[in-house]
Amino acid sequence: MRASSYGFLHVAPLTLLFFLLCATFTTATAQDNIQTQIDALAAGNFSAKAEAVDQLLATGHPRTAIVLQAMLESALQQRKSDNRIVISSKSGSNFQLQDAVTGEDLGSASRRDLKRISVNNSLRKHIRTALAKLSLADPDPAVRRAAVDQIIDNFDADSAALLADAASTESDATIRELMSIGAALGALNSEDSATRLAAIDTIQDSLNPEVRNRLTRLLNQEQDATVKAAAARALAGIEQRVQNYALLETTFFGLSLGSVLLLAAIGLAITFGVMGVINMAHGELIMLGAYTTYLIQAALPQFIDWSLLLAVPAAFLVSGLFGIAIERGVIRFLYGRPLETLLATFGVSLILQQLVRTTISAQNVPVANPSWMSGFWQVNSALSLTYNRLFILLFSILVFLALLLILRRTVLGLQVRAVSQNRTMAEAIGIRSERVDMLTFGLGSGIAGVAGVALSQLTNVGPNLGQAYIVDSFMVVVFGGVGNLWGTVVAAFSLGVVNKFLEPYSGAVLAKILVLVFLILFIQKRPRGLFPQRGRAAEA
Amino acid sequence: MSRLLSQRWGGAVFLLLLLAIAIGVPYCNQVLAPDHPYYISTYTVTLIGKYLCYALLALSIDLIWGFCGILSLGHGAFFALGGYAMGMYLMRQIGPRGVYGNPDLPDFMVFLNWQELPWYWLGFEHFWFAMLMVALVPGLLAFVFGWLAFRSRVTGVYLSIITQALTYALMLAFFRNEMGFGGNNGLTDFKDILGFNLQADSTRIGLFIASALALALAYLACSMIIRSRFGRVIMAIRDAESRARFVGYRVEAYKLWLFTFSAILAGVAGALYVPQVGIINPGEFAPLNSIEAVVWVAVGGRGTLYGAAFGAILVNYAKTFFTAALPELWLFALGALFVLVTLLLPRGLVGLWRRPARSAP
Repeated sequence: MRASSYGFLHVAPLTLLFFLLCATFTTATAQDNIQTQIDALAAGNFSAKAEAVDQLLATGHPRTAIVLQAMLESALQQRKSDNRIVISSKSGSNFQLQDAVTGEDLGSASRRDLKRISVNNSLRKHIRTALAKLSLADPDPAVRRAAVDQIIDNFDADSAALLADAASTESDATIRELMSIGAALGALNSEDSATRLAAIDTIQDSLNPEVRNRLTRLLNQEQDATVKAAAARALAGIEQRVQNYALLETTFFGLSLGSVLLLAAIGLAITFGVMGVINMAHGELIMLGAYTTYLIQAALPQFIDWSLLLAVPAAFLVSGLFGIAIERGVIRFLYGRPLETLLATFGVSLILQQLVRTTISAQNVPVANPSWMSGFWQVNSALSLTYNRLFILLFSILVFLALLLILRRTVLGLQVRAVSQNRTMAEAIGIRSERVDMLTFGLGSGIAGVAGVALSQLTNVGPNLGQAYIVDSFMVVVFGGVGNLWGTVVAAFSLGVVNKFLEPYSGAVLAKILVLVFLILFIQKRPRGLFPQRGRAAEA
Repeated sequence: MSRLLSQRWGGAVFLLLLLAIAIGVPYCNQVLAPDHPYYISTYTVTLIGKYLCYALLALSIDLIWGFCGILSLGHGAFFALGGYAMGMYLMRQIGPRGVYGNPDLPDFMVFLNWQELPWYWLGFEHFWFAMLMVALVPGLLAFVFGWLAFRSRVTGVYLSIITQALTYALMLAFFRNEMGFGGNNGLTDFKDILGFNLQADSTRIGLFIASALALALAYLACSMIIRSRFGRVIMAIRDAESRARFVGYRVEAYKLWLFTFSAILAGVAGALYVPQVGIINPGEFAPLNSIEAVVWVAVGGRGTLYGAAFGAILVNYAKTFFTAALPELWLFALGALFVLVTLLLPRGLVGLWRRPARSAP
């Protein structure tokens, strides 16, 4: 018993050794295979190296990707002592070495012991494409998609076959479509004109820039008239669609600018439009909202993602309270004297700006975007929309609807309308008009604060934030027609869109000037805005 | 009657004071020894000269706001345009003494690789032409703008806001390099005016006296206008625009001429201001500048002319003091001034000792 167990203990290491030997032997044969290809990577000129890369790729060996990646990063080196190809990684002043073929750790070496395997840009591109071909079979669809993009951008002789191959096993529909477009690009080079026609048919719905390049090239070289006509038609169709998407994008930017204008102006539409108070400190109330966002983020740095949800009511309260203070302290003494109101509230705006400068900072402060607002929605390769603009567009419409609801459906709204239409009569039926004034002004100011939260996501937050919007927002309210909320919406979005459509022709600054000049002229023509109030309210 | 009387008395006192300053300040600077207690440095002379230009701007605002009820929040634009016209003349006087030594092109144009002067710079090498433009450019802009605005009866707050938009738009335009007015940096590095070195004490004194003279003449012109039949109609428009129209006066024509004249005065003020401070840049178009000028008038007391000039000098003196001693407090002080004057002193400082007028503007 004892002896046999002893004997077994003798045998066990032997068997282990045997298996180990076998294992080393089998890998050794495979190694031999890629050893030659890897050695070839170090030899000859760049085109020879490119050849070697292709041969290495053809082996399908699992280390191919690692070696090529290292080569791309210039980490593939040759040890001078034994000409062994190694993957180096820097550690301190020395390099840590790893055998390129086996991945075996080879200790460290100084820079002088190594010779870098040089690569140039065209070789890098070649390697990248080779790597992309490798990742066509990657389990992650995002990696596969990136690989297809890479291959289409750097199309070569065997790409078409490769993509056609990959398409047959691809499970994701969008990637499969992309692959077949890639395969069709290859078919464009076919001798058979029917194949070329079929290929054009496949790619004519694609917006990929490479498709456009290839079609343009084909159009210049093509001999066959039918194919040429088909190519021209496909190209024209693509150009048309790209143009349409560009138009759509400009419209989106215009609407986004419009939403900013709407947010800035909508509080003013209440205080100026409904109450008739010229509040030059309106911009500063927006600024206070933006600073509230900053302060909340500074106080709760771990909840950036939730900070905006907290900031919206907080900013409404802060700006609303400031607004009520302004109304009680200054404006109520000046009702019926608009020019004096203008001057006094301008003074208030200077004080608020300086208050922020002295208490917080004269510099701009950083306001973070929550993660759900960063990034963009890639509609297709010609159109992508950023999330923050999209959200703010929706937000501005929500704020507008909320305001409309308050004015149309609540008691306060009813009283506001009553007081603005006929103050004496409203007082006679028991409405406390002073209280209504105060609350209305607070509401308009609070909405300015909410606008500040949204603006903090798009622009720099600094003491001058409000000043930049004051002229614009008055223009929007006047353009839309004082006392008309719907007019404000139409005015904000149309000014935003017009501004963005002018920009490519005239530059951003000139576009703004042109819009201002247009507005000045417009007010001459229709002093009461796009949608003037009719009836008795217009006489006031 | 009492109004006219006090206008005359106040005006006489104002003109006498102005005369005293115009003689006294150069005397204290040139004749007295530097260690004399009443000696005034050249720096201070230029500073007072600057205040006088501001006073002229305030006068031009008071003429339309105090007497016709037109609150312009864009008068800084006319001031700056006059300043730019003068600045262009001064730029052309630099000649080959610029950094790049180009005899024809100002430095910033050489820097932008421009080959020749744009057409709108032609003629500015002549002093008379530049002076003509100082009056013509702001005047023409005011005429066109006013014609459009008054004809369509844009009044009150609406007018104020579009004048603000006007100066804002001009500011954005002048910030552009392609406009050919030096972009962001504006026009500066002036050497001499009419052959006199701008750095010399005597030139500074000359400019100072010119500013005082311009202010006095403008004051006389304004009070003549107000006392004339034209001025009575203007005040009637301020107090009851519709009634004046129904009585048969062409309200828009009266307003237009007054507005244009006021803009020319503001342009002259700008033209005198630029050689004294040595720079003109788009910052002068900033809406804040225009609105600050309105506050000078409000502080001094509108509808009095001399009150406006007085307010401009006082507020700017305070500004010089505050920005040097307590820079952070200046905007608080200015803001508080806006609020307190409108709430507590609707008739300005002058209103403190003047009997209330019959009809509050």
